[in-house]
Amino acid sequence: MEPLAIYQRIKERFGDRALEISDGKPDPFCVIDPAAIVEVATALRDDPEISMDCLSNESGVDYRDRIEVVYHFFSYRLRHGAVLKVRLPRENPSVHTLEDVWKSANWMEREIFDLLGVTFEGHSDLRRILMPEDWVGHPLRKDFVEPLEYHGISTVRESPIIRLDSKKK
Amino acid sequence: MTLNMGPQHPSTHGVLRFVVRADGEVMREAVPDVGYLHRSIEKIAEKVGYHGFMPYTDRVDYVCAMFTNQGWGMASEKLAGIEVPRRGEFCRVIAAEFNRLASHLLSAGTMAMDIGAMTPFTHALREREMINDLIEELCGARLTFNYMRIGGVAWDLPPGWREKALAYLDHFDPILEEFNSLISYNKIYIERLANVGVITPEEAINYNLVGPNLRASGIKWDIRKDIPYSVYPEFDFEIPVGSGEWGKLGDSMDRYMMRIREMHQSSRILRQALTKIPSGPVLAKVARNFKPPRGECQIRVESARGDMGWYVVSDGTGYPWRVHVRTGSFAAMGIIQKLSRGLMIADLVTLIASLDVIAPEIDR
Repeated sequence: MEPLAIYQRIKERFGDRALEISDGKPDPFCVIDPAAIVEVATALRDDPEISMDCLSNESGVDYRDRIEVVYHFFSYRLRHGAVLKVRLPRENPSVHTLEDVWKSANWMEREIFDLLGVTFEGHSDLRRILMPEDWVGHPLRKDFVEPLEYHGISTVRESPIIRLDSKKK
Repeated sequence: MTLNMGPQHPSTHGVLRFVVRADGEVMREAVPDVGYLHRSIEKIAEKVGYHGFMPYTDRVDYVCAMFTNQGWGMASEKLAGIEVPRRGEFCRVIAAEFNRLASHLLSAGTMAMDIGAMTPFTHALREREMINDLIEELCGARLTFNYMRIGGVAWDLPPGWREKALAYLDHFDPILEEFNSLISYNKIYIERLANVGVITPEEAINYNLVGPNLRASGIKWDIRKDIPYSVYPEFDFEIPVGSGEWGKLGDSMDRYMMRIREMHQSSRILRQALTKIPSGPVLAKVARNFKPPRGECQIRVESARGDMGWYVVSDGTGYPWRVHVRTGSFAAMGIIQKLSRGLMIADLVTLIASLDVIAPEIDR
């Protein structure tokens, strides 16, 4: 099934909770009400004509005025895919986990929590995955400012090229 | 008993750490702790622009950097609607398949070394060095290639390189047989790998395993065949699938043999590509100030560690708004905690090696 046909099916079944269907350019996507994500995802998995057996990618994007969590689904059985998005506020973004639907969500959601600060309700093991546990802030947010040091280790390095130039003078 | 394995441990394939809770030799659980190689490459992409990001993609997975190059190139091309010249596509396929050979050789060699057989490792690395020599002649680098560009490849094949590459393949095919008789069918080797770390097909899909790990569980799925890209539809090759002939379907031995069989197929593709390669330009005209229109796309490339997904969001400026790489090793690490329950500590080492986990690809 083509992605747009899948989104039409979601629209028919869930009505207002499918907020927007976009042709995307080049990839089309469908925006879902965050409160309905588990319901929609389970329906996508269990509908025999859609049968999304794999959550192939989950990532987050910071748009300065909102944060989007992007889900790429894929069906190995029927060989088609779909992209769903949920839009969350930038302050305390939170959405329910998809861990109970696909196990692969566990690590990908930990990564989004770590780098973008999205909380996943009901997640079994929500802790930082890539950054150190005592790190402050979420690096992939657009307004993130890197601290100058971490436990006394400097994160900035004087440029050797600039130093050579200043010696010449 | 709680044991700490890594981050500096010769068998963890890069810098990663496991907290192992064990009862004698048997593990209750091994909890992976990753992030030691996190360089925030996705954040760097937002600062350096489309062309400037190409060398950084090498560092996403330095063992098979051609595929990360190709993924980034294809994602940018899809956003801007650029067509790569035919010879450019052939050059990409040739470089990428040689890189797959090198990566699988490293994987098979280290697998043997992790089990305690040192000699096969030197045989595999010897072959890999020769491939690296060929790639070095092609693009000037042995590990972080930076060979591809948005719209094609940086350089055409050097004069005489095609014959050299074909001669190497003639040398390589018997070597693979030699490698098999040296280690693959060794009784101790099979005993160590068969029936260890079994992944069922349902689990493999549920945990989003990709590439050789997925195929070892019996699922016939290869991006090169099923969502064809580049010039792969023009080549005649097969997709090896796990059979479970040494033990259960989806055990470590199946995953190991998958890489050996894929090397045969890569060699087949290379021969066809090297004989069929057309003449013409290798690089499309792409503006130096590359600004794809607003939009977003995902590209999937079959890298040596499987389906690599590049999700790129463009806001119409010269800098990508967001880049996300979904890599095979990240998914493979996610399943280790589950598989480790009830395994011996020594089997954890072979499990990591059989999943072919590369640390920089997990952390990016």
